[in-house]
Amino acid sequence: MSILVLAEHHDGALAGATAHVVAAAQQIGGDIDVLVAGENVAAIAEAAAKLDGVSKVRVADNAAYAHLLAEPTAALLAELAGDYSHVLAAASTTGKNVLPRVAALKDVAQISEIIAVESPDTFKRPIYAGNAIATVQSEDALKVITVRSTGFDAVAEGGSAAIEAVDFVADNAQSTFLKEELAQSDRPELGAAKVVISGGRGMGNGENFKLLDGIADKLGAAIGASRAAVDAGFVPNDMQVGQTGKIVAPELYIAVGISGAIQHLAGMKDSKVIVAINKDEEAPIFQVADYGLVADLFQALPELEQRL
Amino acid sequence: MKVFVAVKRVIDYNVKIRVKPDHSDVDLTSVKMAMNPFCEIAVEEAVRLKEKGVATEIVAVTIGPKAAQEQLRTALALGADRAIHVETDERVESLGAAKALAKLVEEEQPGLVILGKQAIDTDNNQTGQMLAALTGLPQGTFASAVDVDGEKVQVTREVDGGLQTVELTLPAIVTTDLRLNEPRYAKLPDIMKAKKKPLDVKTPADLGVSVGSRVKLVKVEPPAERQGGVKVGSVDELVDKLKNEAKVIS
Ligand SMILES: Cc1cc2nc3c(=O)[nH]c(=O)nc-3n(C[C@H](O)[C@H](O)[C@H](O)COP(=O)(O)OP(=O)(O)OC[C@H]3O[C@@H](n4cnc5c(N)ncnc54)[C@H](O)[C@@H]3O)c2cc1C
Ligand SMILES: Nc1ncnc2c1ncn2[C@@H]1O[C@H](COP(=O)(O)O)[C@@H](O)[C@H]1O
Repeated sequence: MSILVLAEHHDGALAGATAHVVAAAQQIGGDIDVLVAGENVAAIAEAAAKLDGVSKVRVADNAAYAHLLAEPTAALLAELAGDYSHVLAAASTTGKNVLPRVAALKDVAQISEIIAVESPDTFKRPIYAGNAIATVQSEDALKVITVRSTGFDAVAEGGSAAIEAVDFVADNAQSTFLKEELAQSDRPELGAAKVVISGGRGMGNGENFKLLDGIADKLGAAIGASRAAVDAGFVPNDMQVGQTGKIVAPELYIAVGISGAIQHLAGMKDSKVIVAINKDEEAPIFQVADYGLVADLFQALPELEQRL
Repeated sequence: MKVFVAVKRVIDYNVKIRVKPDHSDVDLTSVKMAMNPFCEIAVEEAVRLKEKGVATEIVAVTIGPKAAQEQLRTALALGADRAIHVETDERVESLGAAKALAKLVEEEQPGLVILGKQAIDTDNNQTGQMLAALTGLPQGTFASAVDVDGEKVQVTREVDGGLQTVELTLPAIVTTDLRLNEPRYAKLPDIMKAKKKPLDVKTPADLGVSVGSRVKLVKVEPPAERQGGVKVGSVDELVDKLKNEAKVIS
């Protein structure tokens, strides 16, 4: 077996998710190559070469792959896939955008968001918003898979894989990158934070989200939100946790003014410890919370900030 | 411009599913079914494009069992002009659906195909991307804004770090995210009128495609249940427990 992992990177740095995907690749077994595609990605390739378990880093450094648009990136992966039994990427918006396109180009199925490897062709993945776990077996010769980072512990860094250039340049006349509006934050990334504190509709408005700031500062936490909070315009979309937002599994998740709809639970119920603060003692969030505090958040939050 | 919308019949999003005792699958007997929420958003977007004079005809398509015609009728009531049902009782996964859709796109040459980003049953998030690959068309996935401008469409995409805008040449494939629009409800007179709108039924064989899946569902299990914990009486008690019992803060 030989596995190709598409590296995830942002702002010139290798993203943490890649080390989790390599861990999934190790469980499948076989040689692991990492593909770094993008523009000016030499430093990213070097970071990828340090990941334990990686045999070789292949670098497609070309303007064609800037922003990892789906059309050229999928063409590149489809071109390289012939050398491999598995192609893996993180179940990020990049992986989800590109890998199904690769799979269809190779006329094989794609398996989304695996959380466990049973054997090289059999995997576990959540379905129905995580209310069931399916074990699926692929009969395709090439397996194209996205990996949920929270399902696999990241590999360490200690390797020194060889780095080699890939010459293939995909031409793309169909799609053009126009702009990006990325949220600026000094806080840890939602998917990687050890502590996450999320606010819901109960926060009342965007201004009140500031009540979470002091607590997040003290705990080194990332701040998340329910869809209702995003929809109401309190906070931007990249903060949404849930079935159709981000999946998190921190050591500590604090849900504030969130009722606990199944779509929200799908994104956070694998957290180690869950705290819920809600004024309605019947709120379903209390059914999954290790510690529930029935209280008005406008009283509880300032008090919590002070006690920490 | 002709616009295709793909709609899938799935379990209603409010229903909490149960796994069958033999772990062969999820139990869908007498469960409320509905149009996938992301497909509702796709239909709404198509209707708005027609209201703006950009779309001239909206064709709703589904691949699935006979009962999926209910969702096509819903799409017709919401404003689609006609519908195509590719009827099959097979378990259709994303690749199979994309193959059938690709064939219809080839036959009918729509300028835009709008799909949901994700079906809430399989949570796959694949079909639009696969359809784009099979038709050789560009893709704008997870769209929160779609602006058609002559021969091009600008799509604002919800990505992990925020928003990204791409420009695609038409024809193109778009998949919807939740904030693209807020779908309207069908009005009774429109539901009545929808019954008379054309609905074509075809089989995968008519299209010359096979829609079955090469991914075997080995078993389906309930997830590990979380035990609800305790209620604490005060913020002090909460902080104490987090420090000394759960040891997640110091
Ligand atoms: C296809 C689809 C996908 C979805 N995906 C997601 C997703 O990814 N993530 C997600 O979160 N949702 C998602 N949803 C939405 C989900 O169904 C719920 O609507 C949403 O999670 C509700 O958010 P909420 O808990 O903040 O709001 P509500 O359900 O309105 O709950 C607000 C809570 O705040 C409490 N509250 C109010 N005031 C106070 C106060 N002063 N002090 C303390 N508590 C207070 C109330 O008691 C209540 O429990 C999705 C829905 C659909 C249809
Ligand atoms: N059987 C189907 N019939 C029609 N459309 C489908 C079907 N399966 C998937 N789709 C479309 O593809 C979207 C994403 O589904 P998926 O990629 O399977 O999660 C859905 O929201 C639909 O728009």
